[in-house]
Amino acid sequence: MALLQISEPGMSTAPHQHRLAVGIDLGTTNSLVATVRNGVPQCLQDDDGKLLLPSVVHYLPDGQIVVGRKAQATQATDPRNTIISVKRFMGRGLKDVAHVDTMPYDFVDAVGMVRLRTVQGVKSPVEVSAEILKDLRLRAERSLGGELTGAVITVPAYFDDAQRQATKDAARLAGLNVLRLLNEPTAAAIAYGLENASEGVYAVYDLGGGTFDISVLRLSRGIFEVVATSGDAALGGDDFDHRLFCWILDNAGISLPSDRDSRRLLMKAREVKERLSFDESVPIRLSLESGDEVDLVIDQQVFVEMTRPLVEKTLRPIKKTLRDAGLSPEDVKGVVMVGGATRMPHVQKAVGEYFGQTPLTNLDPDTVVAIGAAMQANVLAGNRAADEEWLLLDVIPLSLGIETMGGLAEKIIPRNSTIPTARAQDFTTFKDGQTAMSFHVVQGERELVADCRSLARFELRGIPPMVAGAARIRVTFQVDADGLLSVSAREVTTGVEARIEVKPSYGLADDEVAGMLKASFEHAQADMERRGLAEQQVEAARVIEATEKALLTDGDLLNEPERAALDSALGALRDAAAGNEVRAIKLQLEAFNRASNEFASRRMDKSIRSALAGHKIDELRI
Amino acid sequence: MIDLKQDYFALFGLVPAFSIDMERLEQAYIDIQARVHPDRFAHLSDTEKRLSMQWATHANEAFRTLKSPLTRGHYLLELRGVDPGFDTNTAMAPDFLMEQMEWREALGEATDAADEDALDELSRRLRQGTRALEAELARQLDETADLEGAADSVRRMKFLEKLQHEINDALTALES
Repeated sequence: MALLQISEPGMSTAPHQHRLAVGIDLGTTNSLVATVRNGVPQCLQDDDGKLLLPSVVHYLPDGQIVVGRKAQATQATDPRNTIISVKRFMGRGLKDVAHVDTMPYDFVDAVGMVRLRTVQGVKSPVEVSAEILKDLRLRAERSLGGELTGAVITVPAYFDDAQRQATKDAARLAGLNVLRLLNEPTAAAIAYGLENASEGVYAVYDLGGGTFDISVLRLSRGIFEVVATSGDAALGGDDFDHRLFCWILDNAGISLPSDRDSRRLLMKAREVKERLSFDESVPIRLSLESGDEVDLVIDQQVFVEMTRPLVEKTLRPIKKTLRDAGLSPEDVKGVVMVGGATRMPHVQKAVGEYFGQTPLTNLDPDTVVAIGAAMQANVLAGNRAADEEWLLLDVIPLSLGIETMGGLAEKIIPRNSTIPTARAQDFTTFKDGQTAMSFHVVQGERELVADCRSLARFELRGIPPMVAGAARIRVTFQVDADGLLSVSAREVTTGVEARIEVKPSYGLADDEVAGMLKASFEHAQADMERRGLAEQQVEAARVIEATEKALLTDGDLLNEPERAALDSALGALRDAAAGNEVRAIKLQLEAFNRASNEFASRRMDKSIRSALAGHKIDELRI
Repeated sequence: MIDLKQDYFALFGLVPAFSIDMERLEQAYIDIQARVHPDRFAHLSDTEKRLSMQWATHANEAFRTLKSPLTRGHYLLELRGVDPGFDTNTAMAPDFLMEQMEWREALGEATDAADEDALDELSRRLRQGTRALEAELARQLDETADLEGAADSVRRMKFLEKLQHEINDALTALES
C-alpha cells in the first residue's frame, strides 16, 4: 500500500519508489518465487527455510487445501485428492494427456480442458495451479512486507496458446497482476547472460519435470534475442520416473497395482532415479499394501539404456531449432542446462556430444528460471533506470493459422516470429449472397487441421450479400508480448466487424474465472471489494505518477489548451483516487486514458525520432 | 508525426533500395525496439501499453520484411506500384520450369530414399541458386530499374523458398 501514500493530492512523487515485483517459476514438479532485493536477485524461502515448493495440492474433506511438502506427504495415502504434476493438464483435453491409465485421478473430460473430481468437487487444472501460485504470493508478501505490484510467471517456451492462457488465468485467480508470461529458457538466459556477461549464440536446454524446451538465443550487450525455439510440451523428468516405474512392475512381477501402491511406486521410482545420478547401482525395496514385496537392484547402465529413447527424443527438437535458426552445432558458443532433470549424467553426456562441448552447469538448474523471471519482473515494474534496462526479443514457438477448404491449415503467422506481431490475410465468399463466414483458428506445424491444435471457432455475420468472390474478409491475427493470440475479422468493403479473443474453446470463459474468484475462500465478498478498490487506487497512482514524470520531461509537446485539458483530467483522476468509489476511479481512469492518448502518441513519436537520430537511450527516458 | 503507414525504409532511416546495410538496419531496429517494446510500458497506463504494442508490432513487421531479400524485393516492387502476382502470374520461362521439375524430382527421390545427405546437397544447391537470383534482383532494382525483370526474379525466388521449406520439412520428417 506504500504506493498510495505518494500519490496524495499535491504531494510530489518519490523519486525511487521501489515496486514489489516477483518472478514465479510454476514448475511441473516444484515451483519457486524470487525477487530482486537491493539489486540482488534471490529466491524466497518458506517458513521452514525451503526454496522449492513441491507443486502438489491436497484437497481435504473439511474444505481445507494443503499445498507443497505437506501435501506431498499424503500423496500415497490419498492419491485421488492429491494432485501432482498438474502442469501437464493445463490447457489440455483428456486425449492429450499421456499415461492417463496409470494416474490415480477421477478424470472428468470437459470441452477444452480436462477436470479432476476431488472430495471438494470438480476442479480445473487452472484452479489447482492457482492454489500453488497463491501459496507463493502469500510467501512473497510475508517476506517482502507488502502487496505485490505484479509478477512475471514463466511458461515452457513450447507451450501453445491454450496452455499460456490457462497459466495466465491461474495467476489472475491467485490474485496476481501478471506483468508478463516469460518463456522459461529465456528467463534462464537472462540470469545466465547477465551473470556471465556473455556474448554470442547460446542454446538453452531445459528439461523440467514435465516439459522440454530448447531455445537458441543471440546475446549481445543488453539484448537477448531468441532466434528459434522448439521442444516437447509433454516430455520431462516424469517420463524417466515412469520408465523406471514400469521396469519395477515388470521385474517385481506386479500387475495392476492399486492407486495408492501406484503412487508409492512412482515416488520410489523418482527417488531411485535421483540416486542413480550419483551411485553406480541402487537397491529398490518397498512393501506394498497389496502384500507384494519389491526387492530389486538396478544398475546405472540399465537405467541409461531404458531411458535412452527419451534422451534421443530431446535431440530432434534441437536439430529442428538449429535448422530454423540457420545455424550448425559449432556456431553455438555455450549450452546452458536448466531443469532438475539435466542433473542426470547421461543427459549431459548426450547434449555435450551433440554440441561438441561440455554443457554449462554452473548455475543451479532448479532456481535459474525463477531468478531470471525476478530480474525481468524488476525491469517490468519500472524499478530500473531506462539506460540500465535490457531488451528482450522473444518468439512464438508454433505457427498460427486458419482452416481452409479441404481441412488444410493455412499458416498466417509462422513459428519463430518475433513478438508482438500481427499479420492479416484476406478471404472471400464462395457462394452468391453469402452473409456469414465461419473461421477455425489452429496452432501447429502440420498441413492437416486435424493434426493441429484447435484454438477457436468463430463466425462473421452480417456480410452484405454480394456475388461469390466479391466480398473481402480480412482476418487479422495479433500476438501480444505474452505470446497470446487475439483474432479479428472484418469485411473490408463495409467494415462489418466481429472480434474475438481466442479463449472460450479452452473451457474457461471469462465469467467462469470471475465466478471462481468470487467462490474462492480468500476472496470473500468484503475482501473482494477491498482488493478491487486497492487495485484501482494503485493503478490510478501509477498512472498519475507516470504522467507527472512525463509532463516534466515532455510538457513542451502540448500547447496551452491541451496542457490545461490534460491537467484537468489528471485532477479529476486524483480526486477520484482519493475516494473509495471503485466505479468512479475506473471511469476516471478510462476518461484519462482517452484524454492522454494524444500526449502519449507524441511522446512515442519523439522517442522514435530521437532513436533514429542516433541519440543515446538515456537522453530521453520513456 | 511519424505514422504507422510510413514506409519501412523511412522507419529505419534507410534509403529505399534492394542493397542495404544490414548492420545499420539491425541497429536501427534495436534502437527503435528499445524505445517502443511492451516491456518498457508494462507498469504504465493502458493507453501507453496499447500504443507500445502497435509500435513494437509495426517495427517487427518492418524489420522482418526488410531483413529477408525475398520480402524486401517484393516490398520494393509494391512501393513502386508493381504487383509480382504470386497467385495470378505463373507464366515462367521454360528453362526455369524445367529446372524446377528437376529439383522436385530430386527432392521426391531423396525423400523416398530417406537420403539425408542428398537433401542437404539439394539444400546447398538451392541456396546457391537463390544467391544468384538475389544478385540479379539487386541489379534490376538498384541499377537498371527493370521492374518487370525484378518481378520475375521475385517470383522465381518465391519458388525456391517454397522448395527450401519442403526440403526442411522432409529433413525434419526424417528425424522423427
